[in-house]
Amino acid sequence: MRFYGKLGWSAFAGFAAIVLLALPILNLNGYVSTFWITLLGKIMCYAIVAIAMDLIWGYAGILSLGHGLFFALGGYAFGMYLMRQIGSDGQYRQPMPDFMVFLDWKEFPWQWWNSDSFLWCAMLALVVPGLLAYVFGYFAFRSRVKGVYFSIITQALTFAAMLLFFRNATGFGGNNGFTDFRRILDLPIATPQARVVLMAVTGIALLGTLLLARWIVTSKFGRVLAAIRDAETRVMFCGYDTMHYKLFVWTLSAVLCGLAGALYVPQVGIINPSEMSPANSIEIAIWVAVGGRGTLAGAALGAGIVNGAKSFFTQAFPEYWLFFLGALFILVTLFLPQGIAGLLKKVRS
Amino acid sequence: MSTAATHPAGITGGAGASIGHVAKDGLDLTHGVVLYLEAITVSFDGFRALNNLSLSIDAGELRCVIGPNGAGKTTMMDVITGKTRPDAGTAFFGQTIDLARLSEAEIAQAGIGRKFQKPTIFEHHTVFENLELSMKADKRVRRTLFARLSSSERDSINETLNLIRLKDQSDRVAGLLSHGQKQWLEIGMLLMQEPRLLLLDEPVAGMSDEETERTAELFLSLAGKHSLVVVEHDMAFVEKIARKVTVLHEGSVLAEGDMRTVQADPRVIEVYLGR
Repeated sequence: MRFYGKLGWSAFAGFAAIVLLALPILNLNGYVSTFWITLLGKIMCYAIVAIAMDLIWGYAGILSLGHGLFFALGGYAFGMYLMRQIGSDGQYRQPMPDFMVFLDWKEFPWQWWNSDSFLWCAMLALVVPGLLAYVFGYFAFRSRVKGVYFSIITQALTFAAMLLFFRNATGFGGNNGFTDFRRILDLPIATPQARVVLMAVTGIALLGTLLLARWIVTSKFGRVLAAIRDAETRVMFCGYDTMHYKLFVWTLSAVLCGLAGALYVPQVGIINPSEMSPANSIEIAIWVAVGGRGTLAGAALGAGIVNGAKSFFTQAFPEYWLFFLGALFILVTLFLPQGIAGLLKKVRS
Repeated sequence: MSTAATHPAGITGGAGASIGHVAKDGLDLTHGVVLYLEAITVSFDGFRALNNLSLSIDAGELRCVIGPNGAGKTTMMDVITGKTRPDAGTAFFGQTIDLARLSEAEIAQAGIGRKFQKPTIFEHHTVFENLELSMKADKRVRRTLFARLSSSERDSINETLNLIRLKDQSDRVAGLLSHGQKQWLEIGMLLMQEPRLLLLDEPVAGMSDEETERTAELFLSLAGKHSLVVVEHDMAFVEKIARKVTVLHEGSVLAEGDMRTVQADPRVIEVYLGR
C-alpha cells in the first residue's frame, strides 16, 4: 500500500490550507463567525478520536466501547490546568477552584500536584490514558479476551470510571466537573483570537494524527495488524507475538484520544463525568462505522458528518436526534458495510 | 527398510548445508532427531484425545501420519505447536528445546511451521503480502514498524512465488484464489518461515489430481533439507510420498513402519474396516 497518491496528497494539502489559512483569515476579518470556528475545532477533536478508534477497530479488529474514557481522562488532565488558570477570579474570589472552596477543602488533593504547570498537565493528558490502556490491555490481551467480551469489559470500565468521577471525594468536581475557564497560558480563553488559535492547533493535531496513523497502517506493522484482524492464529504460527502488536496499537489509540480530549476542553469550556457515559463511547463506534472502517480519512469524515448532523438536529428538532442516529447506524450497517468511504470508492471505480 | 539408506544422506545434506544456521537458532540435532514426543496425554472433559503418545521424527525425514477420525492427529499438531498444553508427557524440538515452555509464536520462531486442515491465509492481503508477512525476520513490534523489504528478501519471495506457481497472481487478493491455490499459498507461507520442521495437516484436500501430483513432488524435494510430518486421508497420496508411516488410533501409536508393512498389519485393517 502506498502512503498517499496524488489525489490523497492534494486532498490533504487542501484541507490543511482551509483549516490553517483560509478559515482563520476569514474569521479574523469577520466573514466567518467564531461559532463556526469553535464547532469545527470541536469536530476535529472528534475526528482524532475516530482515527484512533479506526486504528484499533478497523485495522486490528478490536471493538472498544470505552474510548470515551480515554478522551475524558485527557480532558480532565488538561482541565486541571485550566482550573488553576482561573486563579482568584472564581465565584468565591479564592485561589482554590470553586468546587474545592464549596467543599471547604483547605489544600489541593494529591492528584492536583503541579497542576498549575501547562507542560505537566499536557503530559498527563497523554500519559494517564496511555498508562491505563497499557495496564488494562496487558491483562486483557494476555488472557486472550476477544470480541464481544472485550467490548463489554471496556464498556464496564468507562461506566465504573464515570461513577468514580461523579463522587466529590475523587477530587475532580463531582457531577459538575470543570467549567468557567478564564485563561490559557495566562491569556484570555474566550476571545475570537484564542478560539481561532485553538482551532488551528487542533487542525495541526488532526493532520499529524492522520499522517502518523497512515504511516502505521501502510507499514509492515499495519499489514500484520490487519492479518491479526483476519486470522490471528495464523499470525501467531507465523512467529508474531500478537499480544504486543495489539497492546501497542491499543495504547497508542488511547494516547490519541487523550490528546483529543485535551484539545476539546478549552474549546468547549466544560468537562464532566457524562463524557464517560457508555452512550458516548458507542457513538464513537458509530462515527467510524458510518465513515468507513479501515479507511482513516473515512473515519474522520464519519466523525464530521455525524457530528455536523448532530449540531443541526439538536437545534432544529432536538427530540428526533437519537432516532436519526439509530436509523443512520442501521442503514449504514445494512446497506453500506464499508461506510461512506466504501461508497465513494465504489462510485469512483 | 528399503528407504533407510536415503535418510542419513538427507541428514548430513541438511545439517551440513546449514551449520551456522543450527547454531543461530539453537536447534540441536546431534542425535539426528528433530522431534521427540514422550508419553503425551491430553484430555478434554475426560476424553483422552492423546493417550500416552510417544513418537520421534528423524531430522530430514518425511513422515506420514494416518488414522481414522478422532485418532488425535490434529491434537498432536496442537501440542507440538503450543496451541494445546499436554496434561502429561514431554515434547522436545531437537535435543534442547522444550516445547511446553514456549508460546505459539516462540515455537514458530524456533523453526516449526504448521499448515492447517482448512487453508488459513490472509484473505484480504495480496499473495505477495501473505508471503512477506510469513517471511523469516525479526518479528518484534519495533522492527516490524520500520521494516523495509531488501532486494534479497524480494528475491526470496519471488523464488517462492515461482515454486508455488503463483507468480502471475502476485498482486491478487488471496481470498480470490481457488481452493488448491490457497493450499499452495499456505505451503509457500510455511516455506518463507524457513522452518526446520513442517507440520502439514491434510495438505492435498480439495486439490485436483494434477495439483496433488505436484504437491507430492514438492514434498519429496523438501525432505532432507527440512523434516516433514504429513497428516493425510488421501491414501494414494500417502503411498506416493511415504517412507515411514505412523498409524494413530485412540490417541496412541497403533503401528509404525513402511506403507506395505502397515497396510498388512491386522490391527490397522481392523481399525480401518471396523470390527
